[in-house]
Amino acid sequence: MANPTLSWNLAHDVHELLAYQFMVNALQAGTIVAVMAGVVGWYMVLRRQSFAGHTIAVMSFPGAAGAALAGLPGAFGYYLACGIAALAIGREGGEGHSGRSRESAAIGAVQVAGLALGFLFLSLYSGVLEQLETLLFGTFLGIDRNQVLTLLLVALVVLAALALAGRPLLLASLDPEVARARGVPVRALDVGFLLILGLVVAATSQITGALLVFALLVAPPAAAQALTPRPGPSLVLSVVFALLVMWLGLGISYFSIYPLGFFVTSFGFGVFLLAKLVALARARSTQSERGMDGAPEPVAAP
Amino acid sequence: MDVRPPAEVSRRGSSAHASTPTAGDSTALPLEIPAIELRDARVRIGARPPRTVWSGVDLTVRAGEFVAVLGSNGSGKSTLLKAILGLVETAPGAVGVLGGPAGGANREIGYLPQRHGFGSTLPVRGMDLVRLGLDGSNWGVPLGVSAGARRRARERVREVIDLVGASAYAERPFGELSGGEQQRILIAQALVRRPRILMLDEPLDSLDLPNQAAVTALVQRICRTENVAVLLVAHDVNPLLAYLDQVIYLAGGRALQGAVEDVITGPKLSELYGVEIEVLRTRDGRLVVVGQPEAPHVHGHRHDG
Repeated sequence: MANPTLSWNLAHDVHELLAYQFMVNALQAGTIVAVMAGVVGWYMVLRRQSFAGHTIAVMSFPGAAGAALAGLPGAFGYYLACGIAALAIGREGGEGHSGRSRESAAIGAVQVAGLALGFLFLSLYSGVLEQLETLLFGTFLGIDRNQVLTLLLVALVVLAALALAGRPLLLASLDPEVARARGVPVRALDVGFLLILGLVVAATSQITGALLVFALLVAPPAAAQALTPRPGPSLVLSVVFALLVMWLGLGISYFSIYPLGFFVTSFGFGVFLLAKLVALARARSTQSERGMDGAPEPVAAP
Repeated sequence: MDVRPPAEVSRRGSSAHASTPTAGDSTALPLEIPAIELRDARVRIGARPPRTVWSGVDLTVRAGEFVAVLGSNGSGKSTLLKAILGLVETAPGAVGVLGGPAGGANREIGYLPQRHGFGSTLPVRGMDLVRLGLDGSNWGVPLGVSAGARRRARERVREVIDLVGASAYAERPFGELSGGEQQRILIAQALVRRPRILMLDEPLDSLDLPNQAAVTALVQRICRTENVAVLLVAHDVNPLLAYLDQVIYLAGGRALQGAVEDVITGPKLSELYGVEIEVLRTRDGRLVVVGQPEAPHVHGHRHDG
């Protein structure tokens, strides 16, 4: 492969990017992953389950190490470990405050157990886990057609499930008690969503690495939700941001010696920071508008 | 229990909201079937050992009646609402809702649960919450919904937001609203499907006195104009006195129902609680209950709204 250099001719650069099959694979995989992460991450941030998501992401470490030990394909280990973690967390969850705190404790326990198992598998494997750095920080080299097709399949399952359950899940996330009174199976949706999150994390971490899943799962939706309180546009923005972060990261890391994870994470954080700044500036301006009227809102006489 | 199919009386005309077909063709019950009826109802919760919250409870609430549910903390007020929703178990036939079993007509019930610190960080607009009240429990993608139906759904959301007087702030993020504003939005959410029963769990909690009066007046107006049966859980009867038709008083594992002046009396409450209770009436007509086993709940000023 010729040494890639970034020219100022964007069309030329893109043309060069797409000249290699591995780069096309990477872009396709990245696009699929970004769409999934944008949508599922949006619900995750709304449900304040970032800690659960992070723990499931950490599980890809024991998953990959265990798969290497057992001589199975790495992806299999990812999906299995993330799925088990999702079920373990979902089992402990429950209604209301006590359910939340029980879930939080369970997440911590699952995370510790996962890390311990990962180290155990790693030392039992005794060989060098070649993909260790890849596992943690991700790669875009060597994504083959099969991986792209698997990702596409996962994405179709995840998006179909969310299309079916999107509105009840939104209601159950915002207002579980009203949802339950209206016959929405809140508990089943809780567990189902964690399983979907497990699928998406397992898929995403194959590209971004276990530690950097969050760049895609948290930053774009958090930025989108900071920018608009309208659910529909916010969800679309989340996907757009995730795609932007992924495409920019892939494009630039192709021309650079630094790992993909660095760029994806930096752009993710950049998007989040920009959104927060915009939201802050907007809040300032509305505040000063309201400040013009002076007095607080009038109260009706009793 | 006497279960008859509801008669076909078009009480509300054909103002069906399109995306919620089951709620549209609402029919009024004949007068003799109450909206809510409990006959010797009992609720036990917990497993080891089960605790009886209340038993032997007989209640009747009819369409267009405004009824307050009063009682000490832990007397089972919220549990009563949950029993009517079928969320806690009761004996078959003990709880009748709109002529059917409990839980069978939940789409006809607007429910506002008691929530502490709800929504202070909700990143959606008030009107989005109201809209979720309309079609949030529907599965699938609304692709097959016609433009007209979507417009009618939007109009219904606007209409009910107007009804509760929340138009000025319905487009602001819910978490930024004041307690009174949030409560109006949530009442709109409970009302958006034109329910025949409205159940509000401590909607006046954490509101200041002017807002308590305004919300109570609003609920009474809806009760009268829409002919809705209203159950409102409160710990202070005084903001409600001018508006109520009846009260349900829960204490000592039992319940009393009747007009305020018949139920909130020294002898009645003494019997219910099993200790000596005195009810004082101030010159401006407010009621003060003295001698409850717990801190006084019937009278209390709350300025934390």
